[in-house]
Amino acid sequence: MTDTFNIGKYEFTSRLIVGTGKYPTMEAMQAAHAASGAQMVTVAIRRIAIDDPRGKSMLDYIDRAKYAILPNTAGCYTADEAVLTAQLARELLDTDLIKLEVIGDARTLYPDTRETLAAAERLVKDGFTVLPYILDDPVACKQLEEIGCSAVMPLAAPIGSGLGVCNPYSIRIIKEGAHVPVIVDAGVGTASDAAVAMELGVDALLMNTGIAAARDPALMAEAMRDAVAAGRKAFLAGRMEKRLYANASSPMRDLISSAGA
Amino acid sequence: MTGETVLVTINGDQRTMPAGMTVERLLERLEATAAGIAVAKNGHVVQRSSFGSERIEDGDRIEIIKAVAGG
Repeated sequence: MTDTFNIGKYEFTSRLIVGTGKYPTMEAMQAAHAASGAQMVTVAIRRIAIDDPRGKSMLDYIDRAKYAILPNTAGCYTADEAVLTAQLARELLDTDLIKLEVIGDARTLYPDTRETLAAAERLVKDGFTVLPYILDDPVACKQLEEIGCSAVMPLAAPIGSGLGVCNPYSIRIIKEGAHVPVIVDAGVGTASDAAVAMELGVDALLMNTGIAAARDPALMAEAMRDAVAAGRKAFLAGRMEKRLYANASSPMRDLISSAGA
Repeated sequence: MTGETVLVTINGDQRTMPAGMTVERLLERLEATAAGIAVAKNGHVVQRSSFGSERIEDGDRIEIIKAVAGG
């Protein structure tokens, strides 16, 4: 049976969502996207340069037949900015998907929970499929679900930090209480971080810098793809109990004795 | 109307434009392609189908956006 997951009306088989930021070249990004096996990629929304109005768009580098596009509201600090950005993204990309990101602090890029909740409420009412980036806060995640968000996306660690899952216990609590997909967004630095996150039982991961800032982004994308799949399988398989002392794997009966007894 | 101008803010820059322009004419004047962009006027999205009819007034704030790299 195929292990699929749904975000609103959209169904995915890949549990890895990847970004388009920070790649050394567009060719490196395209190779990484292909190696990741992702079915959805994120983009940001920005003003065009009035002096160079025909400059390239990220859409020139994404095959929309292969990848769904998840626009974000990165860089927004208020609900008003995020809502307008989402509405412009919908008009531009003809999608109701939106990664809602309302930042509260420039140094940590931690989200502003109050503004995120306010924006989420307006966007859900406006018919969007809302995926909010949020702290690893079970209460905020519950509130976002109650508002009608189609997923919740708690951070593993600050955006671009590569620190891995800093608080696995709160991620587990979020997952246990959620009735919408939990997607760990931000902070995954390498393949073991991805596996750890997936072993907690979350539905998917969203990452950008962990792949884009690797020395070989395409190879890291492949590693992340494999780690997400491995972590997912380990979660489904159910890990053994941890114990303090050894428990022999080989029988302790019928042992050979040099004394011949 | 000839010679009349309006002052509009486009992506944060103030510009003087001929009065009575539509969004479509504004994009042509800026030499921007209508593909790959979206437009808001005074905080509201202008539907692509309305580019030819939506007029630019004095004091309007226009945002013209595109998709860029991001995570």
